[in-house]
Amino acid sequence: MATTKRIVEERNPVVVVDGVDVIYRVYTTGKLARRRQTRDGVLQKNSKIRTVHAVKNVSFTIYEGETVGIIGSNGSGKSTLMRAMSGLMRVQDGKVFATSRPTLLSVGAALMPNLSGERNIVLGGMALGSTKAEMLAAVDAVSDFSGLKEFIDLPMRTYSAGMSARLRFAIAAYKDHEILVIDEALAVGDEQFRIRSEARVREMREKAGTVFLVSHSMQSILDTCNRVIWLEMGELRMDGDPKKVTDAYTAYMQSISDPEATELP
Amino acid sequence: MSKESLETYALAHGLKPMGVRAPLFKYLREAWMRRDFAWTFAMLNQEAENSRTRLGAWWGILVPLLQSLIYGLIFGVILGSTRAPNFIPFLVVGVFLFNFISGSLQTGASSITGNAGLLKSISFPRITLPLSAAMRQLLGLLPTLLIMFAVVVIFDRSIKWEIFYLPAIIALMFGFGFGVALVAARLTVEVRDLTKVLPFLTRILFYVSGVFYTPAHLGLNDSIFGFLVSINPVFSFLSLARGALVTGYSVNASDWLNASIWTVVVVVVGIVYFWQAEERYGDD
Repeated sequence: MATTKRIVEERNPVVVVDGVDVIYRVYTTGKLARRRQTRDGVLQKNSKIRTVHAVKNVSFTIYEGETVGIIGSNGSGKSTLMRAMSGLMRVQDGKVFATSRPTLLSVGAALMPNLSGERNIVLGGMALGSTKAEMLAAVDAVSDFSGLKEFIDLPMRTYSAGMSARLRFAIAAYKDHEILVIDEALAVGDEQFRIRSEARVREMREKAGTVFLVSHSMQSILDTCNRVIWLEMGELRMDGDPKKVTDAYTAYMQSISDPEATELP
Repeated sequence: MSKESLETYALAHGLKPMGVRAPLFKYLREAWMRRDFAWTFAMLNQEAENSRTRLGAWWGILVPLLQSLIYGLIFGVILGSTRAPNFIPFLVVGVFLFNFISGSLQTGASSITGNAGLLKSISFPRITLPLSAAMRQLLGLLPTLLIMFAVVVIFDRSIKWEIFYLPAIIALMFGFGFGVALVAARLTVEVRDLTKVLPFLTRILFYVSGVFYTPAHLGLNDSIFGFLVSINPVFSFLSLARGALVTGYSVNASDWLNASIWTVVVVVVGIVYFWQAEERYGDD
Protein backbone atom coordinates (compact mmCIF):
# COMPACT_ATOMS: atom_id res chain seq x y z
CA MET A 1 0.00 0.00 0.00
CA ALA A 2 2.77 2.38 0.99
CA THR A 3 4.68 1.73 -2.22
CA THR A 4 1.62 2.33 -4.37
CA LYS A 5 1.11 5.63 -2.66
CA ARG A 6 4.68 6.67 -3.33
CA ILE A 7 4.39 5.84 -7.02
CA VAL A 8 1.23 7.90 -7.21
CA GLU A 9 2.98 10.84 -5.61
CA GLU A 10 5.84 10.70 -8.10
CA ARG A 11 3.72 10.98 -11.22
CA ASN A 12 3.74 14.35 -12.92
CA PRO A 13 0.39 16.04 -13.34
CA VAL A 14 -0.31 17.43 -16.81
CA VAL A 15 -3.86 18.70 -16.49
CA VAL A 16 -5.68 19.64 -13.30
CA VAL A 17 -9.38 20.43 -13.57
CA ASP A 18 -10.43 22.04 -10.32
CA GLY A 19 -14.15 22.30 -9.57
CA VAL A 20 -15.14 23.52 -13.02
CA ASP A 21 -18.61 24.84 -13.78
CA VAL A 22 -19.66 25.85 -17.29
CA ILE A 23 -22.90 27.69 -17.89
CA TYR A 24 -24.17 28.54 -21.36
CA ARG A 25 -26.45 31.44 -22.04
CA VAL A 26 -28.33 30.83 -25.25
CA TYR A 27 -31.10 32.46 -27.19
CA THR A 28 -34.00 30.08 -27.42
CA THR A 29 -36.74 29.62 -29.95
CA GLY A 30 -39.68 27.28 -30.32
CA LYS A 31 -42.58 26.13 -28.20
CA LEU A 32 -40.67 25.53 -25.01
CA ALA A 33 -39.09 28.95 -25.28
CA ARG A 34 -42.47 30.64 -25.70
CA ARG A 35 -43.85 28.88 -22.68
CA ARG A 36 -40.85 29.88 -20.62
CA GLN A 37 -40.98 33.40 -21.85
CA THR A 38 -42.55 35.75 -19.37
CA ARG A 39 -44.43 38.90 -20.17
CA ASP A 40 -41.23 40.77 -20.97
CA GLY A 41 -41.19 42.92 -24.07
CA VAL A 42 -39.17 42.32 -27.20
CA LEU A 43 -36.53 44.77 -26.09
CA GLN A 44 -36.12 42.95 -22.81
CA LYS A 45 -33.30 40.81 -24.07
CA ASN A 46 -33.30 38.22 -21.31
CA SER A 47 -36.82 37.12 -22.17
CA LYS A 48 -35.40 34.67 -24.69
CA ILE A 49 -32.23 33.68 -22.92
CA ARG A 50 -31.98 30.34 -21.25
CA THR A 51 -29.07 29.25 -19.15
CA VAL A 52 -27.79 25.72 -19.44
CA HIS A 53 -25.61 24.37 -16.68
CA ALA A 54 -23.52 22.07 -18.88
CA VAL A 55 -20.69 21.10 -16.53
CA LYS A 56 -21.16 20.90 -12.78
CA ASN A 57 -18.27 21.05 -10.35
CA VAL A 58 -15.99 18.61 -12.13
CA SER A 59 -12.50 17.91 -10.76
CA PHE A 60 -9.77 15.52 -11.84
CA THR A 61 -6.02 15.32 -12.26
CA ILE A 62 -4.43 13.79 -15.34
CA TYR A 63 -0.85 12.54 -15.27
CA GLU A 64 1.87 12.37 -17.87
CA GLY A 65 1.45 9.66 -20.48
CA GLU A 66 -2.19 8.96 -19.75
CA THR A 67 -4.69 8.49 -22.53
CA VAL A 68 -8.04 9.44 -21.12
CA GLY A 69 -11.33 8.32 -22.56
CA ILE A 70 -14.27 10.65 -21.94
CA ILE A 71 -17.66 8.95 -22.14
CA GLY A 72 -21.26 9.83 -21.36
CA SER A 73 -24.60 10.07 -23.10
CA ASN A 74 -25.34 12.79 -25.68
CA GLY A 75 -25.54 16.18 -24.06
CA SER A 76 -23.75 15.10 -20.90
CA GLY A 77 -21.21 17.92 -21.17
CA LYS A 78 -18.23 16.03 -22.61
CA SER A 79 -17.49 18.40 -25.47
CA THR A 80 -18.16 21.47 -23.36
CA LEU A 81 -15.72 20.27 -20.73
CA MET A 82 -13.08 19.59 -23.38
CA ARG A 83 -13.57 23.02 -24.91
CA ALA A 84 -13.34 24.69 -21.52
CA MET A 85 -10.18 22.69 -20.83
CA SER A 86 -8.65 23.93 -24.08
CA GLY A 87 -9.45 27.53 -23.29
CA LEU A 88 -12.09 27.85 -26.01
CA MET A 89 -14.88 28.46 -23.50
CA ARG A 90 -15.15 30.44 -20.35
CA VAL A 91 -15.69 28.64 -17.08
CA GLN A 92 -18.08 30.22 -14.60
CA ASP A 93 -16.42 28.73 -11.60
CA GLY A 94 -13.35 26.66 -10.88
CA LYS A 95 -10.08 26.57 -12.75
CA VAL A 96 -8.15 24.53 -15.27
CA PHE A 97 -4.40 24.13 -15.00
CA ALA A 98 -2.17 22.53 -17.60
CA THR A 99 1.48 22.29 -18.53
CA SER A 100 0.66 23.76 -21.92
CA ARG A 101 -2.47 24.73 -23.78
CA PRO A 102 -4.29 21.58 -24.90
CA THR A 103 -4.86 21.30 -28.65
CA LEU A 104 -8.49 20.54 -29.35
CA LEU A 105 -9.71 18.74 -32.38
CA SER A 106 -13.45 18.54 -32.63
CA VAL A 107 -15.86 17.50 -35.30
CA GLY A 108 -18.52 19.84 -36.53
CA ALA A 109 -18.36 22.57 -39.11
CA ALA A 110 -15.52 22.96 -41.54
CA LEU A 111 -12.63 25.12 -40.40
CA MET A 112 -12.77 27.49 -43.35
CA PRO A 113 -15.71 26.27 -45.43
CA ASN A 114 -14.95 28.24 -48.59
CA LEU A 115 -11.33 27.22 -48.84
CA SER A 116 -10.08 23.96 -50.29
CA GLY A 117 -8.96 21.07 -48.11
CA GLU A 118 -5.39 21.85 -49.05
CA ARG A 119 -5.67 25.44 -47.84
CA ASN A 120 -7.39 24.33 -44.69
CA ILE A 121 -4.34 22.17 -44.01
CA VAL A 122 -1.97 25.10 -44.46
CA LEU A 123 -4.03 27.64 -42.53
CA GLY A 124 -5.16 25.21 -39.84
CA GLY A 125 -1.58 24.17 -39.20
CA MET A 126 -0.46 27.80 -39.10
CA ALA A 127 -3.23 28.68 -36.65
CA LEU A 128 -1.96 25.82 -34.50
CA GLY A 129 1.45 27.45 -34.53
CA SER A 130 3.40 25.94 -37.42
CA THR A 131 5.18 28.12 -39.95
CA LYS A 132 3.97 28.52 -43.50
CA ALA A 133 6.99 26.77 -44.98
CA GLU A 134 6.50 23.87 -42.60
CA MET A 135 2.85 23.50 -43.58
CA LEU A 136 3.49 23.83 -47.31
CA ALA A 137 5.96 21.01 -46.98
CA ALA A 138 3.49 18.98 -44.94
CA VAL A 139 0.47 19.32 -47.24
CA ASP A 140 1.11 16.05 -49.04
CA ALA A 141 1.78 14.05 -45.89
CA VAL A 142 -1.34 15.41 -44.20
CA SER A 143 -3.60 14.81 -47.18
CA ASP A 144 -2.13 11.32 -47.54
CA PHE A 145 -2.89 10.57 -43.92
CA SER A 146 -6.43 11.89 -44.26
CA GLY A 147 -6.93 9.67 -47.30
CA LEU A 148 -8.68 12.55 -49.06
CA LYS A 149 -6.16 13.12 -51.81
CA GLU A 150 -8.76 13.13 -54.56
CA PHE A 151 -10.88 15.76 -52.81
CA ILE A 152 -8.14 17.95 -51.43
CA ASP A 153 -8.75 20.73 -53.97
CA LEU A 154 -12.48 20.95 -53.20
CA PRO A 155 -13.84 23.57 -50.79
CA MET A 156 -14.27 22.13 -47.32
CA ARG A 157 -17.99 22.98 -47.32
CA THR A 158 -18.49 20.18 -49.81
CA TYR A 159 -17.04 17.58 -47.43
CA SER A 160 -19.21 15.12 -45.56
CA ALA A 161 -19.01 15.00 -41.76
CA GLY A 162 -16.72 11.99 -41.97
CA MET A 163 -14.39 13.60 -44.50
CA SER A 164 -14.27 16.80 -42.51
CA ALA A 165 -13.40 14.88 -39.35
CA ARG A 166 -10.64 12.99 -41.14
CA LEU A 167 -9.08 16.17 -42.41
CA ARG A 168 -9.24 17.81 -39.00
CA PHE A 169 -7.65 14.82 -37.36
CA ALA A 170 -4.90 14.74 -39.97
CA ILE A 171 -4.16 18.46 -39.46
CA ALA A 172 -4.02 18.22 -35.67
CA ALA A 173 -2.19 14.90 -35.49
CA TYR A 174 0.47 15.91 -38.00
CA LYS A 175 2.55 17.33 -35.20
CA ASP A 176 3.16 15.80 -31.80
CA HIS A 177 1.25 17.68 -29.15
CA GLU A 178 1.92 17.69 -25.46
CA ILE A 179 -1.81 17.54 -24.81
CA LEU A 180 -4.25 16.61 -27.56
CA VAL A 181 -8.03 16.48 -27.20
CA ILE A 182 -9.87 14.47 -29.84
CA ASP A 183 -13.60 15.00 -29.76
CA GLU A 184 -15.56 12.28 -31.58
CA ALA A 185 -13.27 12.61 -34.56
CA LEU A 186 -12.45 8.91 -34.68
CA ALA A 187 -16.05 7.79 -34.59
CA VAL A 188 -17.07 9.57 -37.78
CA GLY A 189 -14.38 8.18 -40.03
CA ASP A 190 -14.60 4.73 -41.54
CA GLU A 191 -12.99 1.56 -40.16
CA GLN A 192 -9.73 1.89 -42.07
CA PHE A 193 -9.29 5.48 -40.91
CA ARG A 194 -10.20 4.57 -37.34
CA ILE A 195 -7.43 1.99 -37.21
CA ARG A 196 -4.90 4.39 -38.67
CA SER A 197 -5.80 7.21 -36.32
CA GLU A 198 -5.87 4.98 -33.25
CA ALA A 199 -2.36 3.89 -34.15
CA ARG A 200 -1.36 7.54 -34.33
CA VAL A 201 -2.89 8.21 -30.91
CA ARG A 202 -0.91 5.34 -29.40
CA GLU A 203 2.23 6.63 -31.07
CA MET A 204 1.70 10.05 -29.52
CA ARG A 205 1.12 8.49 -26.16
CA GLU A 206 4.44 6.66 -26.43
CA LYS A 207 6.13 10.01 -26.98
CA ALA A 208 4.81 11.03 -23.55
CA GLY A 209 1.92 12.97 -25.01
CA THR A 210 -1.35 13.14 -23.11
CA VAL A 211 -4.40 12.37 -25.19
CA PHE A 212 -8.06 12.90 -24.34
CA LEU A 213 -10.45 10.91 -26.47
CA VAL A 214 -14.16 11.68 -26.46
CA SER A 215 -16.03 8.79 -28.00
CA HIS A 216 -19.19 6.73 -27.99
CA SER A 217 -17.28 3.73 -29.25
CA MET A 218 -16.36 1.66 -26.20
CA GLN A 219 -14.08 -0.38 -28.45
CA SER A 220 -12.04 2.68 -29.42
CA ILE A 221 -11.85 3.68 -25.78
CA LEU A 222 -10.74 0.25 -24.60
CA ASP A 223 -8.21 -0.03 -27.44
CA THR A 224 -6.47 3.25 -26.75
CA CYS A 225 -7.15 4.53 -23.24
CA ASN A 226 -5.68 3.64 -19.88
CA ARG A 227 -8.11 5.76 -17.92
CA VAL A 228 -11.76 6.64 -18.44
CA ILE A 229 -13.90 9.48 -17.13
CA TRP A 230 -17.66 9.17 -17.29
CA LEU A 231 -19.78 12.32 -17.32
CA GLU A 232 -23.53 12.30 -16.91
CA MET A 233 -25.78 15.39 -16.81
CA GLY A 234 -22.66 17.52 -16.45
CA GLU A 235 -21.46 15.68 -13.36
CA LEU A 236 -18.49 13.38 -13.01
CA ARG A 237 -20.02 9.96 -12.49
CA MET A 238 -16.95 7.74 -12.44
CA ASP A 239 -13.20 8.00 -13.03
CA GLY A 240 -10.76 5.13 -13.25
CA ASP A 241 -9.91 1.86 -14.95
CA PRO A 242 -11.27 1.69 -18.54
CA LYS A 243 -12.85 -1.75 -18.20
CA LYS A 244 -14.62 -0.93 -14.94
CA VAL A 245 -15.95 2.44 -16.05
CA THR A 246 -17.10 1.35 -19.50
CA ASP A 247 -18.84 -1.70 -17.99
CA ALA A 248 -20.67 0.49 -15.50
CA TYR A 249 -21.58 2.92 -18.29
CA THR A 250 -22.85 0.17 -20.60
CA ALA A 251 -24.95 -1.28 -17.76
CA TYR A 252 -26.36 2.17 -17.02
CA MET A 253 -27.22 2.80 -20.67
CA GLN A 254 -29.02 -0.54 -20.85
CA SER A 255 -30.93 0.16 -17.65
CA ILE A 256 -32.29 3.49 -18.88
CA SER A 257 -33.14 2.45 -22.41
CA ASP A 258 -36.70 1.23 -22.59
CA PRO A 259 -36.70 -2.23 -24.22
CA GLU A 260 -40.27 -1.67 -25.47
CA ALA A 261 -39.32 1.46 -27.35
CA THR A 262 -36.11 0.17 -28.87
CA GLU A 263 -37.54 -3.10 -30.10
CA LEU A 264 -38.06 -3.04 -33.84
CA PRO A 265 -41.35 -4.25 -35.23
CA MET B 1 -8.70 16.91 -2.17
CA SER B 2 -10.15 20.26 -1.25
CA LYS B 3 -10.23 23.16 -3.70
CA GLU B 4 -7.26 25.05 -2.31
CA SER B 5 -5.01 22.04 -2.17
CA LEU B 6 -5.77 21.05 -5.79
CA GLU B 7 -4.83 24.52 -6.94
CA THR B 8 -1.64 24.65 -4.87
CA TYR B 9 -0.80 21.15 -6.06
CA ALA B 10 -1.18 22.22 -9.70
CA LEU B 11 0.84 25.39 -9.28
CA ALA B 12 3.52 23.57 -7.28
CA HIS B 13 4.00 21.23 -10.24
CA GLY B 14 4.47 24.11 -12.64
CA LEU B 15 1.05 23.95 -14.28
CA LYS B 16 -0.33 27.18 -15.64
CA PRO B 17 -3.93 28.37 -15.38
CA MET B 18 -5.83 28.02 -18.69
CA GLY B 19 -8.55 30.17 -20.17
CA VAL B 20 -6.98 33.26 -18.64
CA ARG B 21 -6.47 36.16 -20.97
CA ALA B 22 -2.79 36.93 -21.55
CA PRO B 23 -1.57 40.35 -20.43
CA LEU B 24 -1.83 42.87 -23.27
CA PHE B 25 1.81 42.95 -24.31
CA LYS B 26 2.27 39.22 -24.12
CA TYR B 27 -0.93 38.87 -26.13
CA LEU B 28 0.33 41.23 -28.80
CA ARG B 29 3.63 39.39 -28.93
CA GLU B 30 1.80 36.09 -29.45
CA ALA B 31 -0.32 37.71 -32.15
CA TRP B 32 2.78 39.11 -33.84
CA MET B 33 4.15 35.59 -34.06
CA ARG B 34 1.04 34.63 -36.06
CA ARG B 35 1.28 37.53 -38.51
CA ASP B 36 2.16 35.10 -41.25
CA PHE B 37 -1.10 33.29 -40.56
CA ALA B 38 -2.99 36.58 -40.83
CA TRP B 39 -1.37 37.31 -44.21
CA THR B 40 -1.98 33.87 -45.60
CA PHE B 41 -5.54 33.90 -44.31
CA ALA B 42 -6.09 37.25 -46.03
CA MET B 43 -4.57 36.10 -49.31
CA LEU B 44 -6.45 32.83 -49.52
CA ASN B 45 -9.76 34.40 -48.57
CA GLN B 46 -9.28 37.21 -51.04
CA GLU B 47 -8.60 34.64 -53.70
CA ALA B 48 -11.56 32.47 -52.73
CA GLU B 49 -13.94 35.42 -52.57
CA ASN B 50 -14.46 35.71 -56.29
CA SER B 51 -13.79 32.11 -57.16
CA ARG B 52 -17.44 31.38 -57.86
CA THR B 53 -17.85 34.26 -60.29
CA ARG B 54 -16.86 34.06 -63.94
CA LEU B 55 -14.84 37.25 -63.98
CA GLY B 56 -13.13 36.31 -60.72
CA ALA B 57 -10.61 38.84 -59.43
CA TRP B 58 -11.59 41.34 -62.15
CA TRP B 59 -14.57 42.24 -60.00
CA GLY B 60 -12.15 43.85 -57.57
CA ILE B 61 -11.54 46.49 -60.24
CA LEU B 62 -14.89 46.43 -62.02
CA VAL B 63 -17.03 47.16 -58.97
CA PRO B 64 -15.32 50.45 -57.99
CA LEU B 65 -15.15 51.45 -61.68
CA LEU B 66 -18.89 50.93 -62.12
CA GLN B 67 -19.53 52.78 -58.87
CA SER B 68 -17.42 55.69 -60.10
CA LEU B 69 -19.31 55.72 -63.37
CA ILE B 70 -22.72 55.81 -61.69
CA TYR B 71 -21.78 58.34 -59.02
CA GLY B 72 -20.08 60.38 -61.71
CA LEU B 73 -23.24 60.53 -63.80
CA ILE B 74 -25.59 61.17 -60.88
CA PHE B 75 -23.56 63.59 -58.78
CA GLY B 76 -21.84 65.13 -61.76
CA VAL B 77 -25.24 66.30 -62.99
CA ILE B 78 -26.77 67.14 -59.62
CA LEU B 79 -23.79 69.15 -58.41
CA GLY B 80 -23.50 71.09 -61.66
CA SER B 81 -21.28 74.12 -61.11
CA THR B 82 -20.48 73.13 -57.53
CA ARG B 83 -18.58 70.13 -58.86
CA ALA B 84 -15.05 69.83 -57.57
CA PRO B 85 -12.43 70.58 -60.25
CA ASN B 86 -10.94 67.63 -62.12
CA PHE B 87 -14.09 65.81 -61.17
CA ILE B 88 -13.41 62.40 -62.68
CA PRO B 89 -9.99 61.71 -61.10
CA PHE B 90 -11.27 63.40 -57.93
CA LEU B 91 -14.23 61.03 -57.79
CA VAL B 92 -12.29 57.90 -58.73
CA VAL B 93 -9.72 58.47 -55.99
CA GLY B 94 -12.56 59.09 -53.55
CA VAL B 95 -14.57 56.01 -54.46
CA PHE B 96 -11.59 53.64 -54.59
CA LEU B 97 -10.17 54.68 -51.25
CA PHE B 98 -13.56 54.90 -49.56
CA ASN B 99 -14.08 51.27 -50.50
CA PHE B 100 -10.96 50.41 -48.55
CA ILE B 101 -12.39 51.93 -45.37
CA SER B 102 -15.91 50.57 -45.79
CA GLY B 103 -14.42 47.18 -46.67
CA SER B 104 -12.39 47.18 -43.46
CA LEU B 105 -15.56 47.98 -41.54
CA GLN B 106 -17.54 45.18 -43.18
CA THR B 107 -14.97 42.39 -43.24
CA GLY B 108 -13.86 43.45 -39.78
CA ALA B 109 -17.41 43.15 -38.47
CA SER B 110 -17.71 39.61 -39.76
CA SER B 111 -14.16 38.55 -38.92
CA ILE B 112 -15.24 36.92 -35.64
CA THR B 113 -18.88 36.04 -36.27
CA GLY B 114 -18.11 34.72 -39.75
CA ASN B 115 -15.30 32.38 -38.72
CA ALA B 116 -17.11 30.33 -36.09
CA GLY B 117 -15.79 27.01 -37.42
CA LEU B 118 -12.21 28.11 -37.00
CA LEU B 119 -12.75 29.79 -33.63
CA LYS B 120 -14.51 26.79 -32.16
CA SER B 121 -11.76 24.39 -33.22
CA ILE B 122 -8.46 26.10 -32.72
CA SER B 123 -7.27 28.55 -30.12
CA PHE B 124 -4.93 31.30 -31.30
CA PRO B 125 -4.80 35.04 -30.64
CA ARG B 126 -8.14 36.17 -32.11
CA ILE B 127 -6.79 39.60 -33.00
CA THR B 128 -5.18 37.99 -36.05
CA LEU B 129 -8.65 37.78 -37.64
CA PRO B 130 -9.50 41.52 -37.70
CA LEU B 131 -5.87 42.11 -38.67
CA SER B 132 -6.36 39.71 -41.53
CA ALA B 133 -9.56 41.56 -42.50
CA ALA B 134 -7.62 44.82 -42.87
CA MET B 135 -4.85 43.03 -44.76
CA ARG B 136 -7.42 41.66 -47.13
CA GLN B 137 -8.57 45.18 -47.96
CA LEU B 138 -4.99 46.14 -48.60
CA LEU B 139 -4.59 43.22 -50.98
CA GLY B 140 -7.76 44.29 -52.74
CA LEU B 141 -6.59 47.89 -52.95
CA LEU B 142 -3.24 47.26 -54.63
CA PRO B 143 -4.52 46.31 -58.10
CA THR B 144 -7.06 49.13 -58.03
CA LEU B 145 -4.23 51.60 -57.47
CA LEU B 146 -3.07 50.91 -61.02
CA ILE B 147 -6.52 51.81 -62.34
CA MET B 148 -6.48 54.94 -60.22
CA PHE B 149 -3.12 55.95 -61.71
CA ALA B 150 -4.43 55.23 -65.20
CA VAL B 151 -7.52 57.42 -64.68
CA VAL B 152 -5.39 60.22 -63.26
CA VAL B 153 -2.96 60.08 -66.18
CA ILE B 154 -5.74 59.96 -68.79
CA PHE B 155 -7.83 62.83 -67.40
CA ASP B 156 -5.20 64.88 -65.62
CA ARG B 157 -2.33 64.39 -68.08
CA SER B 158 0.20 64.77 -65.30
CA ILE B 159 1.73 62.90 -62.43
CA LYS B 160 2.56 64.96 -59.39
CA TRP B 161 5.71 64.54 -57.36
CA GLU B 162 3.44 64.28 -54.29
CA ILE B 163 2.66 60.77 -55.45
CA PHE B 164 5.58 59.74 -53.22
CA TYR B 165 3.35 60.53 -50.25
CA LEU B 166 0.98 57.77 -51.30
CA PRO B 167 2.69 54.81 -49.53
CA ALA B 168 2.60 56.74 -46.24
CA ILE B 169 -1.06 57.65 -46.80
CA ILE B 170 -1.94 54.03 -47.51
CA ALA B 171 0.05 52.80 -44.50
CA LEU B 172 -1.86 55.21 -42.27
CA MET B 173 -5.15 54.15 -43.83
CA PHE B 174 -4.27 50.53 -43.21
CA GLY B 175 -3.73 51.32 -39.53
CA PHE B 176 -7.06 53.11 -39.40
CA GLY B 177 -8.80 50.23 -41.20
CA PHE B 178 -7.31 47.77 -38.70
CA GLY B 179 -8.57 49.84 -35.77
CA VAL B 180 -12.03 50.07 -37.31
CA ALA B 181 -12.04 46.31 -37.95
CA LEU B 182 -11.15 45.64 -34.30
CA VAL B 183 -13.95 47.77 -32.93
CA ALA B 184 -16.46 46.44 -35.46
CA ALA B 185 -15.45 42.83 -34.74
CA ARG B 186 -16.18 43.03 -31.03
CA LEU B 187 -19.26 45.23 -31.40
CA THR B 188 -20.79 42.64 -33.73
CA VAL B 189 -20.13 39.93 -31.17
CA GLU B 190 -21.80 42.03 -28.47
CA VAL B 191 -24.77 43.13 -30.55
CA ARG B 192 -25.55 40.93 -33.53
CA ASP B 193 -28.11 43.48 -34.70
CA LEU B 194 -25.19 45.55 -35.91
CA THR B 195 -24.87 43.39 -39.02
CA LYS B 196 -28.29 44.68 -40.09
CA VAL B 197 -27.41 48.30 -39.38
CA LEU B 198 -23.99 48.20 -40.97
CA PRO B 199 -25.10 48.88 -44.57
CA PHE B 200 -26.85 52.05 -43.38
CA LEU B 201 -23.83 53.16 -41.39
CA THR B 202 -21.65 52.64 -44.44
CA ARG B 203 -24.05 54.69 -46.54
CA ILE B 204 -24.10 57.53 -44.02
CA LEU B 205 -20.32 57.45 -43.83
CA PHE B 206 -20.24 57.66 -47.62
CA TYR B 207 -22.29 60.87 -47.60
CA VAL B 208 -20.34 62.61 -44.85
CA SER B 209 -16.87 61.74 -46.09
CA GLY B 210 -16.71 63.92 -49.17
CA VAL B 211 -16.38 61.04 -51.59
CA PHE B 212 -18.02 63.04 -54.39
CA TYR B 213 -17.82 66.61 -53.08
CA THR B 214 -15.78 68.89 -50.89
CA PRO B 215 -17.48 71.23 -48.41
CA ALA B 216 -15.39 74.06 -49.83
CA HIS B 217 -16.78 73.74 -53.36
CA LEU B 218 -20.31 73.42 -52.00
CA GLY B 219 -19.76 76.67 -50.10
CA LEU B 220 -20.35 74.90 -46.81
CA ASN B 221 -16.94 75.48 -45.23
CA ASP B 222 -18.30 77.63 -42.43
CA SER B 223 -21.30 75.46 -41.62
CA ILE B 224 -21.50 72.78 -38.94
CA PHE B 225 -21.71 70.19 -41.70
CA GLY B 226 -18.50 71.49 -43.21
CA PHE B 227 -16.79 71.32 -39.84
CA LEU B 228 -17.94 67.75 -39.21
CA VAL B 229 -16.69 66.64 -42.60
CA SER B 230 -13.34 68.31 -42.01
CA ILE B 231 -12.73 66.40 -38.77
CA ASN B 232 -13.90 63.15 -40.35
CA PRO B 233 -10.75 61.03 -40.74
CA VAL B 234 -12.06 59.42 -43.92
CA PHE B 235 -12.31 62.83 -45.56
CA SER B 236 -8.76 63.55 -44.42
CA PHE B 237 -7.52 60.35 -46.05
CA LEU B 238 -9.32 61.14 -49.28
CA SER B 239 -7.99 64.72 -49.25
CA LEU B 240 -4.44 63.51 -48.69
CA ALA B 241 -4.71 61.02 -51.55
CA ARG B 242 -6.20 63.67 -53.85
CA GLY B 243 -3.41 66.03 -52.90
CA ALA B 244 -0.93 63.35 -53.85
CA LEU B 245 -2.55 62.49 -57.19
CA VAL B 246 -4.93 65.08 -58.60
CA THR B 247 -3.95 68.49 -59.99
CA GLY B 248 -5.56 71.36 -58.10
CA TYR B 249 -5.47 69.67 -54.70
CA SER B 250 -2.75 69.89 -52.12
CA VAL B 251 -1.47 67.72 -49.32
CA ASN B 252 -2.35 69.62 -46.15
CA ALA B 253 -0.65 69.41 -42.79
CA SER B 254 -4.01 69.63 -41.06
CA ASP B 255 -5.19 66.49 -42.87
CA TRP B 256 -2.02 64.63 -41.89
CA LEU B 257 -2.57 65.67 -38.30
CA ASN B 258 -6.26 64.76 -38.21
CA ALA B 259 -5.71 61.41 -39.93
CA SER B 260 -2.76 60.52 -37.69
CA ILE B 261 -4.54 61.38 -34.45
CA TRP B 262 -7.60 59.38 -35.45
CA THR B 263 -5.49 56.41 -36.51
CA VAL B 264 -3.52 56.29 -33.26
CA VAL B 265 -6.68 56.65 -31.17
CA VAL B 266 -8.67 54.07 -33.12
CA VAL B 267 -5.84 51.52 -33.11
CA VAL B 268 -5.12 51.88 -29.38
CA VAL B 269 -8.79 51.88 -28.39
CA GLY B 270 -9.50 49.05 -30.84
CA ILE B 271 -6.70 46.82 -29.54
CA VAL B 272 -7.64 47.26 -25.88
CA TYR B 273 -11.38 46.94 -26.54
CA PHE B 274 -10.94 43.82 -28.65
CA TRP B 275 -8.46 42.20 -26.26
CA GLN B 276 -10.75 42.66 -23.27
CA ALA B 277 -13.23 40.14 -24.67
CA GLU B 278 -10.61 37.73 -26.06
CA GLU B 279 -11.86 34.65 -24.20
CA ARG B 280 -15.41 35.20 -25.41
CA TYR B 281 -14.85 35.00 -29.15
CA GLY B 282 -16.29 31.81 -30.53
CA ASP B 283 -17.93 30.65 -27.33
CA ASP B 284 -21.59 30.58 -28.24
